[in-house]
Amino acid sequence: IATAPALMAGGPDDDTMVINGEIEMTTKTEAPAHMEGTGIDTIISGWHFREDETQSQQLDDFENQGMIFVDNARDAWDTVEGEAGESCASCHGTPEDMAGVKPVYPKYVDSAGEVRTLQMQMNACRTERMQAEAWGYDAQPAIEMEALMSSVSRGMPVDVAIDGPAAEAWEMGKEIYYTRYGQLELACASCHEENYGNYIRADHLSQGQVNGFPTYRLKNAKLNGVHSRFRGCVRDTRAETFSTGSPEFVALELYVASRGNGLSVEGPSVRN
Amino acid sequence: MRLTAITMAASLVAGAALADAVAPGDVTYTEYGEIETSLSGAPGDAEAGAKVMTTRGLGNCVACHKVDALDAAFQGEVGPPLNGVGGYRSEAELRGIVANAKMTFEGTVMPAFYKTSGFIRPGDGYTGKGAAEEDLEPLLTAQQIEDVVAYLMTLKD
Ligand code: HEC
Ligand code: HEC
Ligand code: HEC
Repeated sequence: IATAPALMAGGPDDDTMVINGEIEMTTKTEAPAHMEGTGIDTIISGWHFREDETQSQQLDDFENQGMIFVDNARDAWDTVEGEAGESCASCHGTPEDMAGVKPVYPKYVDSAGEVRTLQMQMNACRTERMQAEAWGYDAQPAIEMEALMSSVSRGMPVDVAIDGPAAEAWEMGKEIYYTRYGQLELACASCHEENYGNYIRADHLSQGQVNGFPTYRLKNAKLNGVHSRFRGCVRDTRAETFSTGSPEFVALELYVASRGNGLSVEGPSVRN
Repeated sequence: MRLTAITMAASLVAGAALADAVAPGDVTYTEYGEIETSLSGAPGDAEAGAKVMTTRGLGNCVACHKVDALDAAFQGEVGPPLNGVGGYRSEAELRGIVANAKMTFEGTVMPAFYKTSGFIRPGDGYTGKGAAEEDLEPLLTAQQIEDVVAYLMTLKD
């Protein structure tokens, strides 16, 4: 009897993800049309490239250590801050009322005339509507609130717009994705498009999707933001990185998010 | 007196080796990407080369290549295994590939180990901070390249 061919040491596994025994997640699906020509026809969550123990921690909110930070954010949601005497709850109701917001970010915000990440948009509420101080980019309170916004959208498909007024930023992000930075001359694509599934030393390369962000990483035992992850990857090419919150990383986030259009929102996910 | 003489002799040798080394910008590649002569002007040391290949801060070649003969955990799969490579590639080819693989394999993801210019946003090592191009050192020295090539030449099936 023929057994299934041994997977390449690397390849993604075939496990399925159901969160808390009820939220069915799409972790592999057909690549969006704009990815034609990339050689990728199936987009795959980073979850598939992790070890079983790491994977299982994400399946149950009591085991997902990222959820502790989501609870902090629930408290912050109801807390009045700033001169205007408002909390997030005063205007937005419950966090669950925000379901569906995370999947479409980053997006072009008409009133601002620019593409914004969720963190930028939350900061606009803080500075303009609450008269509170802006959170630092990827700083603890910001990343916790982003994790809350993500958690209430888990299972919904990522669906960022890449056309219309978002097109310019998207093109910029795409150019960055394919630029070979640093003394090692490596692009995002060198590792996450040409080599996903392969091991690079002890690291199992994924497609570098952002649908799982913020990610709780066992390595540093905290929530990690998209831009902080980008910084780490660019730094590892022996390059000068861009800053968190910079226009370059906002554009790159939009582009990378669009490569995950169709995957479920997973944040806060668990990674190593 | 004697000590001084030895020191003098040693620095003369070092000076001579340096003078013979070809600077990264002056390397001549053949149309197939080979480098015909030693970059350092001296022969390579295979044992030192094996060390360069497995050391993270140096070549770390095993991040991308599997070499059964090397004692290193977690050998990668991004590049082809190098078992037997000394049997089917010449020394000049290997020297060219290690110094700048892009001269042999257009567009390859393999980094150039003996090159100091033409980068986009080069950094100061792995700090994430920028570095001026004129301050960059090649990833490996001329002698380390020769050592790695000498080691690769020992890989014959
Ligand atoms: C005084 C009212 C007010 C407060 C307080 C407030 N917001 Fe907002 N928020 C708004 C308005 C108005 C919008 C824009 C609605 C729109 O254009 O869809 C908005 C938009 C947002 C969006 C984007 C929604 C979308 O669909 O694109 C997010 C996320 C958000 N707020 C989060 C927060 C958080 C987190 C807090 C607390 C730290 C907060 N807001 C506090 C009024 C408020
Ligand atoms: C030298 C190889 C390399 C390069 C170049 C690289 N990365 Fe990564 N990246 C990794 C490794 C290794 C990991 C951890 C394992 C994994 O998830 O792939 C990772 C992880 C990620 C993750 C987290 C995925 C998850 O599911 O948690 C994202 C997002 C990411 N990279 C995006 C990028 C982007 C965007 C770029 C370009 C700016 C980039 N990477 C460049 C090696 C690289
Ligand atoms: C980031 C990945 C990476 C690193 C690091 C790397 N290589 Fe490579 N190497 C490759 C790839 C990919 C190829 C295949 C060439 C191509 O792109 O077609 C290759 C090809 C080669 C070849 C030609 C093999 C053949 O079968 O002809 C040799 C020899 C080689 N590498 C040696 C080295 C040495 C020695 C080092 C370290 C000093 C090194 N490589 C570091 C990725 C890498």
